[in-house]
Amino acid sequence: MSIEWRKDVDAALEEAQETGRPLLVDFNAAPD
Amino acid sequence: MYPRDEVADYIGEHFIPVKAHIAEQPGTFGRFHKNWTPTLVVMDGRGIERHEWVGYLPADEFSGQLALGRAQAAFGAGDWEEAEERFREAAAAWSNTEAAPEAVYWAGVSRYKASEDPAALGETADRLAERYPDSLWATRASVWAD
Repeated sequence: MSIEWRKDVDAALEEAQETGRPLLVDFNAAPD
Repeated sequence: MYPRDEVADYIGEHFIPVKAHIAEQPGTFGRFHKNWTPTLVVMDGRGIERHEWVGYLPADEFSGQLALGRAQAAFGAGDWEEAEERFREAAAAWSNTEAAPEAVYWAGVSRYKASEDPAALGETADRLAERYPDSLWATRASVWAD
């Protein structure tokens, strides 16, 4: 399973509130 | 960065995953006051940070931190019974990682918060002293011992 990373934090926060799941935010400097 | 399928599955099942790249999203780094990578943060839907770790970790240690973060999200929401269950799951699943004694500590705190029974703390101190005597979490809990 590949991870569906979001890039829009505010949209992800809304999604977290809707689903009850917490955010996992990966602050990184690695190339894609 | 997440080579094991089970780690990706766990993230997909239990979290809303977000990537913030330091060059592409410097505003996100500033917003959450982050200035080093990699930094992993578990936060609730209000943007309140519940758990954080820094640096690259082996898969088992990383998974232990994920499980701790999930439990801390429940603890932060005041859902003590759910938090205790998640902390106990984390301690059992990742018993040989740095996350385990921390999970045992917080499982005991969660149980105490739910029950208001101080015995929960004493039992937690005993368990940490027995299973993880050299951990800082055993030291932190030592004041609860009978």
